[in-house]
Amino acid sequence: MERNQMHTQVANTRKSLFDQGYLDDQFIQLEELQDSSNPNFVEEVVTLYYRDSARFLSNLDQALEKRPLDFSKLDNLMHQFKGSSTSIGAKKVKTECTHFRNYCSARNAEGCKRTFQNVKKEYTTLRKKLEAYFQMSRQVGPVETACQAR
Amino acid sequence: MSIEYHEEDVPHVLAVDDNLIDRKLVEKLLKTSSCRVTTAENGLRALEYLGLKENQQQNHFNGKGTKVNMIITDYCMPGMTGYELLQKIKESSVLKDVPVVIMSSENIPNRINECLEKGAERFMLKPLKLSDVLKLRHQLIKCSTL
Repeated sequence: MERNQMHTQVANTRKSLFDQGYLDDQFIQLEELQDSSNPNFVEEVVTLYYRDSARFLSNLDQALEKRPLDFSKLDNLMHQFKGSSTSIGAKKVKTECTHFRNYCSARNAEGCKRTFQNVKKEYTTLRKKLEAYFQMSRQVGPVETACQAR
Repeated sequence: MSIEYHEEDVPHVLAVDDNLIDRKLVEKLLKTSSCRVTTAENGLRALEYLGLKENQQQNHFNGKGTKVNMIITDYCMPGMTGYELLQKIKESSVLKDVPVVIMSSENIPNRINECLEKGAERFMLKPLKLSDVLKLRHQLIKCSTL
């Protein structure tokens, strides 16, 4: 009985990540690539994302300190980071990245700085939520996500 | 359903992308679509692998002696873009018939036309879906020797 409850909890947690807009369809694409030969694929990719993208964020932090701002460089850095974020289905992070790039095009320094804070906030929030979700998932064992409604 | 493949029946794809996450993803998508995958992190490495780097002797097989049935490459890469890589491949008498697919996160009609006119088989928007890659594999890759 308890096991079923735990499974339901995991399913609900997963569903809420989509309902609240943290994740999009691309995350489901990752889940579809997970199988018995690669049972932790999603978590591996997400872990790799957080490890790899940290340098983009610190480069962006540094670039935002420069005067005057090099909008072209900022845009290039963000393009990379946005790409990775899109690839794991990080919906809110991706949205903030788009805002940032729009401010770069408009050469709006304040906009860039403000949005970058949002990017970092969403990035960190998602990390916590995904870590909790993966931990929960591991405790209950494999969950069949293919049959679940979003 | 499992399919038995002999070594020579499995299409070999060279995937080129400077983004680590995307490289991992495209590799998984291709493997899940029953392809053998070699990845390269930029155009130069790809050319090296293909045996097309300047001063490399051009032969039918690349340096490792393994044939490539398809090349899939990101457009935006530092140093050499996917377009430039496509150009080099199409200029090669040995490799010009290998299908090249360009991927990009940006939907820019000029860019797409430019690549298709240069001989890219297809232009695909990132992130790639498994269904797209499966379709690609069935439509494009001929397992017979070139």
